[in-house]
Amino acid sequence: MGVPRYWREIPQRYNLIGKKCGVCGKIYFPPRSICPQCRRKSIGKMEDYKLKGTGVVESYTIIHTPPPEFEGKEPYAIAIVKMDEGCCVTGEIIDCDFSEIHIGMKVKACFRRIQEDGERGIIYYGYKFKKSEED
Amino acid sequence: MRDVAIIGIGMTKFGEIWEKSFRDLVAEAGAEAIHDAGIEGAEIDAMYIGGMSTGRFIGQEHLGPLAIEVAGLEELHIPSTRIEASGASGGVALHQAYLAVASEAYDIVVVGGAEKMTDVIEMEATEILSSVADREWEAFFGATFPSLYAMMARYHMHKHGTTNEQMAKVAVKNHANATLNPKAQFRREISVEAVLNSPMVAEPLHVLDCSPMTDGAAAVVLAPMEKAKDYCDKPIKIIASEQASDTLSLHGRKRFDSIPASMEAANKAYKKAGIKPSDIDVAEVHDCFTIAEIMAIEDLGFVKKGEGGKAMDDGLTELKGEIPVNTSGGLKARGHPIGATGIAQANEIVLQLRQEAGERQVKDARIGLIHNVGGAGGTAVVHILEEI
Repeated sequence: MGVPRYWREIPQRYNLIGKKCGVCGKIYFPPRSICPQCRRKSIGKMEDYKLKGTGVVESYTIIHTPPPEFEGKEPYAIAIVKMDEGCCVTGEIIDCDFSEIHIGMKVKACFRRIQEDGERGIIYYGYKFKKSEED
Repeated sequence: MRDVAIIGIGMTKFGEIWEKSFRDLVAEAGAEAIHDAGIEGAEIDAMYIGGMSTGRFIGQEHLGPLAIEVAGLEELHIPSTRIEASGASGGVALHQAYLAVASEAYDIVVVGGAEKMTDVIEMEATEILSSVADREWEAFFGATFPSLYAMMARYHMHKHGTTNEQMAKVAVKNHANATLNPKAQFRREISVEAVLNSPMVAEPLHVLDCSPMTDGAAAVVLAPMEKAKDYCDKPIKIIASEQASDTLSLHGRKRFDSIPASMEAANKAYKKAGIKPSDIDVAEVHDCFTIAEIMAIEDLGFVKKGEGGKAMDDGLTELKGEIPVNTSGGLKARGHPIGATGIAQANEIVLQLRQEAGERQVKDARIGLIHNVGGAGGTAVVHILEEI
């Protein structure tokens, strides 16, 4: 992956910066440039919005057959997390036994190493999720 | 819009076909379809070819002229277009060809689909398949293509009580059907235990819940209905051709126990054809994973949402069941050369409606449905065919 492709997504992937529709107030992550509800009225009115980072597991899986970039890491857990703001995000669940993961589990985002571009390339960082104290 | 018919079909054997190249496969399927239709090359007005990721699998894009060259039609300079819609590439190519003939832009159109998946090692293929997911927001974080269907399976189990055994029964049924299909990749039966004891890919999906890596190509020939009888005795009419879209990512959807684009395409297709789901005699559905067939029979209205698992226990979709599904063996056992799949499904339904499906023939099948999905449901195509 070229460096600019990674670099331009840093705000979103490091700090969960999404978008809020300036018309209807709905929050989107990953960021969108057009609100699917307000469409043309929302153009130019999508504002940056930082998510709190807390949410609930909607569904999850344990991956045993990884793609090459994640080889050696298997098994690992991937989930769709419904954030408190209403949008859904895909990410890894870490720091807990797989047996603890369940639909409805409360999680919070944390900053972690995601993958690296070979042995000499840059290291890609972003969000993962761990069990919230509230769960 | 005028009526359109399928007047010819062709398909290679599906499997790990190491001795044949992508071009060999395209030439074989195309020649068989053209021969079956009884047309001359000079009569062809246009060609469409579906291919999912030939650029990654064999380093070759620009399939339009490739298909023209292998067919020996370059001196006619007819338009030839490659269509990409992930697993629905074949179905979307058929839809585009249908629109071209229905709109009277063209008369005779050849539609093909092909993929050559075994020229790369399996882990590389897994990486290539990740490109049908959302690269930036799913695959970047470690999600694989099977993991998306695994999350749908987990959600379906949680919400509707679907079991691992019910999912395994999809694979068992489709392998049994494939033993009757000479062109299928896996012509051997498997047991529920074998599925449940096979290695995990993405929980709860085992390797035998997943469709395989396959090489293969398929083609069909379309003509306006009014001319179809001039070419063949048993033209099969396309009574509906509908396509629908959704988000690229799975997390962008409102629900995870269904493919909403499938429901949309199916509802439009039933309306267009003026029929109900219970009128369907035989169906080929997109079982890229076992859970996908369970969701498909619900989304297509064969059973209510949440009752797809129970339908497997009841044998509703078996060859001798009420609505036989995936008589060819489906993606699971006939094989899933991604770009070819939608056209291979059309081959099967045409065979069934011509009453030429041999040992796997569904008795008196008159109306058949084809359901083809791209990615985790970002594209869905439904065709309904009728024997006239």
